[in-house]
Amino acid sequence: MLPVLRILLRRLGISAVVLVGVSMLIFAIARVIPGDPARIALGPSASAEQVTALRAEMHLDEPLVAQYGHFVSDVLRGDLGQSLYTNRPVTRDIAEFLPATLELVIFAGILMVALGLPLGILAARHRGRWPDHLIRVLTLLTVSAPSFVWAVILMLLFAFYLPLFPVAGRISDIYEIERVTGFLTVDTLLAGNFAAFADALHHLVLPAVALALSGIGQAARLTRANMVETYQKPYIEMAQAYGFFPSRIARSYAFKPSLIPSLTIIGLDFAAMLGNAFLVEAVFAWPGLSRYGVNVILRKDLNAIMGTVLIIALTFLIVNIIVDLLIAFLNPRIRHSTRAAS
Amino acid sequence: MSDILDIRDLTLAFKGHRGLTEVLHGISLRIAAGERVALVGESGSGKSVTARIILGLLQETGSARVAGQVAFDGRDIMAMHPRDRAALRGTEMSMIFQDPTSSLNPTFTIGRQFAEVMHRRVPRLSRAACNARATEMLEEVSIPDPARVLDAYPFQLSGGMNQRVMIAMALVNHPKLLLADEPGTALDVSVQAQTLRLMHDLVEDHGTAVLFISHNLGVVREFADRVYVIYRGRIVEEGATDAVFHAPGHAYTRALMDAVPRITGVGLPEVPEVSEAFLAPMVRHGSAS
Repeated sequence: MLPVLRILLRRLGISAVVLVGVSMLIFAIARVIPGDPARIALGPSASAEQVTALRAEMHLDEPLVAQYGHFVSDVLRGDLGQSLYTNRPVTRDIAEFLPATLELVIFAGILMVALGLPLGILAARHRGRWPDHLIRVLTLLTVSAPSFVWAVILMLLFAFYLPLFPVAGRISDIYEIERVTGFLTVDTLLAGNFAAFADALHHLVLPAVALALSGIGQAARLTRANMVETYQKPYIEMAQAYGFFPSRIARSYAFKPSLIPSLTIIGLDFAAMLGNAFLVEAVFAWPGLSRYGVNVILRKDLNAIMGTVLIIALTFLIVNIIVDLLIAFLNPRIRHSTRAAS
Repeated sequence: MSDILDIRDLTLAFKGHRGLTEVLHGISLRIAAGERVALVGESGSGKSVTARIILGLLQETGSARVAGQVAFDGRDIMAMHPRDRAALRGTEMSMIFQDPTSSLNPTFTIGRQFAEVMHRRVPRLSRAACNARATEMLEEVSIPDPARVLDAYPFQLSGGMNQRVMIAMALVNHPKLLLADEPGTALDVSVQAQTLRLMHDLVEDHGTAVLFISHNLGVVREFADRVYVIYRGRIVEEGATDAVFHAPGHAYTRALMDAVPRITGVGLPEVPEVSEAFLAPMVRHGSAS
């Protein structure tokens, strides 16, 4: 497992460099936006002295390099500053809103993999026949509309015309769940309240499906395309010549090698759902980080914007590292790249 | 001696946009138990599809129309349920392919692939038993360090090594018939000759019948007892290898033999794309055989 450890360390090193770049970028962007954050925070009725005092407190009167220095040392101490909008530490805001978004994104990610990959396998196994055609048409449909369109369509169909699912929110008001992790599906289970768990899951279905649909289509189409290519490889014919079961050939001989190139894209899609969640959350009144993000951008709340972007960048990097490790695990060529060939 | 394979009047056509295209026009071919028979012809002549019909693979594709008789070990393959045909593959018959390295699953170790082949014969064979048997087979194909090879992935081994692995894998279940489709053509000439000699000795020891498919006459002469020459979906000549090589009866066989490069030679002769003489039948199928 040593080579995997080597890959992990290298990826962590690269990620650190990327994080430094991201921190510079968001710092720069936040300073370039016109308007004085201190003035906006205090409102039009504040006096010039008050604004000057706040600017000094926020280090806004110092040179940019010094400001960046303050920013980095604060971040390293886990201090993202005070949100001018909620008047609370940004870290506390993020801790409050991030779990709701993560819960949504993780659930959608699970849907994407659990539905997208099997659909792709099914299409590839029956390539050229009706299950393939059906899946290709359906997945083309799901990838060609953005997730907020699906959110509206699903809400109309399954919450309004056919009231099978709740229209908005994360859980019904009747439940009082003690907050432990912020993930309602976890907290309800921790509280032993299964009715509340079912209710939270019930609320999660529509937004997660809306968010996942294009990812499901993407994953299915990618898997199908890669598998159809793999089916042309000699080792598939060899497996057929040895009489292995078609389902076994599909899984171990066609799917496994095809998953390697698909995984990178699926990982990126997964991370991109964090951004797509902005609009889905807006449609379903989901109290997540995305809504918070929109609000702080509109209010030019510098610290909160930087904190939010930083968290999203961090999620991208973490997902990428996980994907790289999975690929290394699946692909012996990478795993054994240190071992000499005979 | 009873025949392990008896093909009579086999025809194959593919359904295309413009109706059926016939590829095999009624070929007949017999292989006795333990016999090494070569099927020789240029690419596109119908050699490989014949092997895939024997395996029962082509019958399962929607576009192929197969007719005629194929008896394997006294059982009619054409009349069998696809499931029964699949049961024969990897157990009673096995196959070796052109390019050994790309014919092995790149994501599995050699040991795992060996186990998978062995499980075709004995579904619940233990891991230890699999390894022991695979080691034995790898020693038979003169692989010096079987334990290391079993642990390796195909990309970590040379082409010649993988070819030995393929041969060992093909024979591990003691098949009655081995189909070798241009084995080792992707390897360099000396390694190909080496592995073919090895295969020759092994099938002799195991008493395995072989259908050896090749376009390479030099290799065929070394390997086969009997030769069938196929041209455009018809068997044009058959006979004992020596007899055919000494006195080729058919115009196409002579053209093929003239096309074998010689060290002292003066370049390759022109083989016409189509010649009336090539299409003239010499071997008559049906009741005469």
